[in-house]
Amino acid sequence: MMRRQVPIILFSAWVAAAPWIVPEFHVTLLNYIGLATLVVIGLVLLTGIAGIISFGQQAFVGIGAYTTAVLTTTTGASPWLTLVASLVLVAAFGALLGSMTLRLSGHYLSIATIAWGIAIYYVFGNLPGFGQYSGINGIPPITVASLPLDTATRMYYLIWLFVIVALWGAVNLLESRTGRALRALRFRSVMAENFGVDTARLKFLIFFHAALLAGLSGWLHAHFLRFVSPHGFGVNAGIDYLFMAVIGGVNHVWGAIVGTSILTMLREWLKVILPDAIQQSGNYELVVFGILMFLLLQHTRNGVLPMLTQWLPPRVPAMPSASAEPLPRRNRPESGSVLLEVDEVEVRFGGLKAVNRVSFSLNAGEILGLIGPNGAGKTTMFNLITGVRPADRGQVRFLGRRIDRLDSRHIAGYGLARTFQHVHLVSTMSVLDNVAIGAHLRGHSGTLASMLHLERRENERLRAEAVRQLQRVGLGEHLHEAAGNLALGQQRLVEIARALASDPVLLLLDEPAAGLRYGEKQALAELLRRLREEHMSILIVEHDMDLVMGLVDRLVVMDFGEKLAEGEPHAIQADPAVLEAYLGGIE
Amino acid sequence: MTSDIALWLVQDGIVNGAIYALVALALLLVFAVTRVIFVPQGEFISYAALSMAMLQLGQVPATIWILVGGGLVAAILEAATAWRQGAVRRLPSILTRYIAIPIAIAAVVGWSASRALPSWVQALLVLALIMPLGPILYRIAYQPLANASVIVLFIVSMAVHYMLTGLGLVFFGAEGLRADPFIDAGFQLGILDISAQSLIVIAVSILMMICLWLFFERSLYGKALRATAINRTGARLVGIRIELSGNLSFLLAAFIGAVSGVLISPITTIYYDSGLMIGLKGFIGAIFGGMVSYPLTALGAVGLGLLESFSSFWASALKESIVFTIIIPILIWRSLTSHQHIEDEEE
Repeated sequence: MMRRQVPIILFSAWVAAAPWIVPEFHVTLLNYIGLATLVVIGLVLLTGIAGIISFGQQAFVGIGAYTTAVLTTTTGASPWLTLVASLVLVAAFGALLGSMTLRLSGHYLSIATIAWGIAIYYVFGNLPGFGQYSGINGIPPITVASLPLDTATRMYYLIWLFVIVALWGAVNLLESRTGRALRALRFRSVMAENFGVDTARLKFLIFFHAALLAGLSGWLHAHFLRFVSPHGFGVNAGIDYLFMAVIGGVNHVWGAIVGTSILTMLREWLKVILPDAIQQSGNYELVVFGILMFLLLQHTRNGVLPMLTQWLPPRVPAMPSASAEPLPRRNRPESGSVLLEVDEVEVRFGGLKAVNRVSFSLNAGEILGLIGPNGAGKTTMFNLITGVRPADRGQVRFLGRRIDRLDSRHIAGYGLARTFQHVHLVSTMSVLDNVAIGAHLRGHSGTLASMLHLERRENERLRAEAVRQLQRVGLGEHLHEAAGNLALGQQRLVEIARALASDPVLLLLDEPAAGLRYGEKQALAELLRRLREEHMSILIVEHDMDLVMGLVDRLVVMDFGEKLAEGEPHAIQADPAVLEAYLGGIE
Repeated sequence: MTSDIALWLVQDGIVNGAIYALVALALLLVFAVTRVIFVPQGEFISYAALSMAMLQLGQVPATIWILVGGGLVAAILEAATAWRQGAVRRLPSILTRYIAIPIAIAAVVGWSASRALPSWVQALLVLALIMPLGPILYRIAYQPLANASVIVLFIVSMAVHYMLTGLGLVFFGAEGLRADPFIDAGFQLGILDISAQSLIVIAVSILMMICLWLFFERSLYGKALRATAINRTGARLVGIRIELSGNLSFLLAAFIGAVSGVLISPITTIYYDSGLMIGLKGFIGAIFGGMVSYPLTALGAVGLGLLESFSSFWASALKESIVFTIIIPILIWRSLTSHQHIEDEEE
C-alpha cells in the first residue's frame, strides 16, 4: 500500500523546499493558504463526502483563535497549553451544535450553520474582555524548544506540518472501512444502516473532526498574526471556505489545497494588479473576483482538481493481497432447522391492513419465494423483516430471537443481509469498495486508527473478502470500475455480492430480477442455485414466475395482505385460489 | 418596559417583518422554480433603496449604468447562442429586450433625475430600473448552469453577490443613503403614534402577497411556474420552457426586491452592502415556511421582525446574536415536524 503515500511524500518535499524557492512575501501567502487548507480539508470531508453543507466553519476557527488569544494575553500561559484549551472548547461547542443540528435535514442544517456563524460573530464583537470590534493585540508567538516562531518562515513549517498530517489522515480515512461508510452517507444512508453503519454517529464524528481542524487553524491563525478580531470570522469567511472547497473540487481531499491556493492567490493578485490596470482605487476587486469565480465554475463545475487530474494516467487501485487472512465466519445453524419465523404479523396503514395475520417460516438451507400480485403486501413484509418498519402486532423471530422491535442496523448484526429493489450502490465508488461496505460489521477499527492507517491489516482482509465475493458472483473482472458504469444486471449482482460480504445466515432478495434481460435472469438464477448448493438460505420476493418456479424450494403466496397459500412450486401452480388471484376467477 | 414602548416595538417589528416576508417570498419563488438560493435578492433591495434616495437628491442613480452594462453582456451571450444555433432571426428580439429597453429606461430615469418629480413617479421609475436586472442576471449567471447541483448554484449566487456588492461600492460609494418618507404624517391611535410610512409598508406588503397569490392560483403563467417548481421534467414534457420559467421567476424576484427597497428606503439608512443581512433574514423567514409554504413564510418573517425589534431593545449590541441563535431551536422544531423525503436521489 505504499503507492497511496506517493502523492503525500512528493507534496511534503515541495512543502519543505518552498520557502527557499519563493520570495519571502509569498511565504506569508503560503501560510494563509495552509491555514485555510486545514479548515477546507474538514469541509471536504463534511460537505463533499458526507453531504453536510456547512457555512459555519469560521465559528470554530474563531473559537479556537479567541480562546488562545484571551488565555495567552491575560494569563501568559504557553500557547501549547492553550492549544489544548482551544481544542477542548471547540470540541465542546462542536458537540453542542452537532447534537442539536445534525439531525436536521438538508437545507435546515445549512441554515443552522449560517445562523450560528452570524450569532458567534456578534458575540466576539460584543463580549467584554474580547476587545470588541478592534480585537485582541499582542498575542505571543508559539515557541518550539525555546525558538520563538515569530517570522513567517518559522511559522510556515509548523502550519504546513499540521496541514500535511491532516491531509494524510483524510486520505487514509477515505480509503478505510469508516471512509467507505462515510462515502455512502450522502445518498445511501438507508443502505449503510442496513449493513450495520451507525450513520448518526458517523455524521457526528465527521462534524467533530471538521470542527477540530477548524479550531486548530484558529489557534495557528492567532499566533501567526499575533492578533485576532471578529472580522476574520464573519459569515463571509465561512462562505469563502465553502467557495474554496467547491472551486478545488468538493469531493476530493487534494481539492482543498487547489481551491485554497487558487482563491487566496487570486485575491492577492487582484489586489496588486487591479489598481494599476484600472487606475482607480481597489473598488473593482470584488467585482472582478466575482466574475472570475463565476467563469471558473462555469467551466469546471466539479472543481479544478478533477480537470487537472484527467490528464494524469488513471490511478489503478492496488489489489488486496491474496495472502490476506480470510475473515472469521459466523457459526451456521444446522441445515433444516428453523431460521426465520413470522408469527401472526399484522401491519396497518390507517384503516388498511397491509399485512393481516401472516405466518410462515423459513428453514436453514432452503430458498423460500414470497410472491403475490401488486399490492399483496410483499414489500411491507420485506420491510418488516429487515427492520425498516415495526409490526403493529405479532412477532418476527430470527434464530429464536425477536427482531421485530429492532432497527435495521442491529438486525444486520444477527446475520441478515438484504438487496434493494432499486439498486442502492454508491455510483461513484468502485465496485470493490461498494462490496466492502457489506463487510462493515466484520471489521472493528475506529476512525482514529483509520486516519493513522493502523488498520491496514484489517482493511486488507475486508477488501480481500470483497474480491472473493465479487468473484463468487462472476464480477471478478470489474473490481475497479465505478459501480454506476455497470449495466443493471451487473449492478444487481454487485448488490448480492455486497450482501454476501456480510457473511449472512439469511439472504433477503427484493425483486432481484426486476428490469433484467433474459440472459441476465438466467445468470441470476444460476448464481442463486449455486448459493443454495453452498447451503445459503434465501428469501426471495419476486414477480417473475418463470424464475421463481424453477428456483425455489417452497413458496408463500400473498394477496391483499393475507397469506393465500404455501407449498412447493408445482402444488402452488395448481392451487385454485392462487390461480384466481393471478388470472382472475371464472365468473 | 412600558406599554407604549412595547407597542412601538411591535409596530417596528411588524414593519421590518413585512420587508423580510417580501424577501422570503422572492427567495422561495426563485428556489422552487430554479433551485437557486438567491442570495443577491438583498442587492435588489439595496440597489432600489439607493436609487430611490439618489433620485430624491436630484442625482442620476448609478443603477442605470449597471442596467445598460448588464443588458449588453446578456445581449452578447444571447446573440452568441442564437448565432451558434443559426437562429439569426431572433436577433431583433434580443436587441430589443436586452439593449433597447434597458437604454430606454436608463434614458428616462436619467432625464427625470433633475426634474424633482413626485415621489410615487420616482418609485415607479425605480421599479422599472430594477426589474429588468432580474432576467438579465438570470441570463448571465444562472441559465448556463441551470442543471448544476444546488451547492454549485449557491456558490454562483455568492459570486454574483460579491460582484453586485462590488459594483454597488463602485457606483454608489461607501456612504449610506436614506430617502424621505412618502407621506410625512402620523396619527395617534390610543397611546400609539403610527407613522403613515409604516402603514404604507404593511399595506403594500399585504397587497403584494395577495397579488402573488392571485398570480399563482389564477394565471396560466403562475400555474406554469408552480408546475416547474413541483416537477421540472414533467413541466418540460407538457411544453413549459425552463428558461421562460427561470426568467419569469427572476423578473418577479427583482420586482419584489425593488418594491421592498423602495419601501425600506425611508425607514432605515441603506449602504451598498446592506443587502446581505436583509437577504439572510428573509432566508430564515423562508425556512420557517419549509421552503414551500407561503403563509407560514410570511408568518415566520413577521415573527423574526418582532424578535429583532424586542431584542434590540433589551440587548442592542447582541441583537443579531439573539436573532440568529433563536433560529436554531426553531429549525429543529421545523425539521422534526416536516416529513421530508429521507433519501435524496443521487445527482
